[in-house]
Amino acid sequence: MAILLDRDTRVLCQGMTGWAGTHHVAQMIEYGTQVVAGVTPGKGGRTHIGLPVYDRVAEAKAATGANASIVFVPPANAAAAMIEAIEAEIPLIVAVTERVPVLDMIRVRDALKGAGSRLVGANSQGVLAPGICKLGVMATGSERPGGVGIVSRSASLTSEVVAQVTEAGLGQSTTVGVGGDPVHGMSMRDCLELFLADDETKGVVLIGEIGGFEEQEVADYMAEAKPAKPVVALIVGTHAPRERRMGHAGALTSAATGDASAKAAALERAGARIAGSAHLVGRTIAEALSRAR
Amino acid sequence: MRLHEFQAKRLLADYGLPTPRGAVAFTPDEAEAIARDLAVSPVAVKAQVLAGDRLQAGGVRMAHGPATVRSAAAAMLGQRLATAQTEDDGLIVRRVYVEEGVAIARQLYLTLLIDLRTAGLVVLGSPEGGEGIEERERKGELRCERLSLPIARPADRSELSGFLARLGLEGPTNEAGCDLVEGLRRAFVELDASLIEINPLAVTASGELKAIDVKMTLDDNALFRHPELASLRDEAEAERLKLSAHRNQLNFVQLDGDIGLVSNGAGLGLATLDMVHRAGGRPANFMDIRTTARSLDIAHGFALLLDNPKIRTLLINVHGGGMQSCDTIAEGLGIALRKSGRKLPIVVRLAGLNADLGRYRLANFGCHVIEAPDMGAAAERAVAVAAGRA
Repeated sequence: MAILLDRDTRVLCQGMTGWAGTHHVAQMIEYGTQVVAGVTPGKGGRTHIGLPVYDRVAEAKAATGANASIVFVPPANAAAAMIEAIEAEIPLIVAVTERVPVLDMIRVRDALKGAGSRLVGANSQGVLAPGICKLGVMATGSERPGGVGIVSRSASLTSEVVAQVTEAGLGQSTTVGVGGDPVHGMSMRDCLELFLADDETKGVVLIGEIGGFEEQEVADYMAEAKPAKPVVALIVGTHAPRERRMGHAGALTSAATGDASAKAAALERAGARIAGSAHLVGRTIAEALSRAR
Repeated sequence: MRLHEFQAKRLLADYGLPTPRGAVAFTPDEAEAIARDLAVSPVAVKAQVLAGDRLQAGGVRMAHGPATVRSAAAAMLGQRLATAQTEDDGLIVRRVYVEEGVAIARQLYLTLLIDLRTAGLVVLGSPEGGEGIEERERKGELRCERLSLPIARPADRSELSGFLARLGLEGPTNEAGCDLVEGLRRAFVELDASLIEINPLAVTASGELKAIDVKMTLDDNALFRHPELASLRDEAEAERLKLSAHRNQLNFVQLDGDIGLVSNGAGLGLATLDMVHRAGGRPANFMDIRTTARSLDIAHGFALLLDNPKIRTLLINVHGGGMQSCDTIAEGLGIALRKSGRKLPIVVRLAGLNADLGRYRLANFGCHVIEAPDMGAAAERAVAVAAGRA
């Protein structure tokens, strides 16, 4: 079993009739993903790349039994699309759209409270369970079914690490891009919990970077949960140019949580193995797994 | 997008923020005329540049009488002002804000921003506003109060009142403070702000509140909802390179080394930067090609690097995938090299989607590149080339 996805994942696509939706849904179908419907308000009743199009998510869900949605709707309407999927009780929503206003993402997070949906993104490359289902826009070809779970804030580094893990003779159970925006759905910690509970996942790679607090949150969780599975972390941005500070607000709120070395140190103290450089992640997880065996 | 003080004050006045009377001057004559109209003493003359810490840098002067206002304005206008928050050579002062002086009894600090942990709007306040607040925070000497604010409805009046009481505001001043914070909350949501900071918020001897300085940034991603605000962008002040990059779907930060870096995706870009540092090299920039960039955008990006005389080599680290493939980036490089005519050693590491097609494209453009099998090797090779060792 992978996390989040399985062979019964039935996908509808919000914004399928646009350029990005059309292109990537075609690629997902080619990968073997069961895409069952598209949703574009005003285009209900049509057929697009061989799939029925509905006006509303609830309608599409009732007609096709979809249990996941991928959102390509442009920024102006992306939050409304996510909220519509949450209200239609779609269990898994992946939002690919970039540049969604941050207040809109807060509205989406408010809608998620108490709802039964999980949201990945926005600004996410999606979720990939090699050989089972691709719910996203990531490149494929170098992934293999296997035991390494990958959770990341960066699409490009995920592609890189997937290739390294395969090169090291391993495969991936699932890769998840939590999204590059400051306010998003599932956190790295949420994903780690799922990986630790998943029998097929033998080890986890966490790809973090400067800024935000999510890696610290993972470190706090690991210190408490003491996972039996090896966790390897790569934190990039140690040598990033410091942003010119803007007023004093940052100093009042973040209190040194955004620093790359501080994050790596916290994760190491909590039991994670730190990959010394981005090109060493595959090797590091392979060593960690062979030692754990 | 960051706003000037005068722009922020003007916008927030519509939401009931009390500010001292004032106006913008482009010339010493205008400054003097504004001072005459204000008919008070003293008057503050404040350089309008997009950077804080202006007071210590001489960018805010108190002047008594129109003639002194005139000479204070004349001393600032057209000059460069360097503060702790600007580059070393500072920013050109194109306008000053001329504002009535306020007799301050107490100074508070107040800011509204998004709290990433709770994914919600929050107001932070300190009873000790003014200069040096960051220094006191670092030393752990600063008292800071916080209150979550709703975005879909007005804030709870009694919560607001309690928050302001913790900052030491009582009676009518507390009432006025509640209106002020609620106004800022509404402005934050309606204008899609990402930060509103008032420092100091003055309490006058008569218990009135006045926002002495305001910093405000708007969410760039929401400007499509506010075309009238988008026009407030001060393009003259934006760094030329950043502006060009922004228009061409790139993220760009200039650094002072000699190795030009190009990657697709911020994560891979940061990883490349780290690897070059570890190998002992000095990056000339950080550049991340967004997924929406076309080959001509990318060519503009490479041109920014090729125009930099300090650069001795380029390091291109691309993992094609999703919406950005290696051949598009190779095409951008080819176009830029042909246009510039500059001969530079170029270290290239292409992997993922269309890597072979990318190599073929580079060969067809007649680009001579040094290929590296993986990221680590590519970084080491680029550092060796820049140092004249390869």
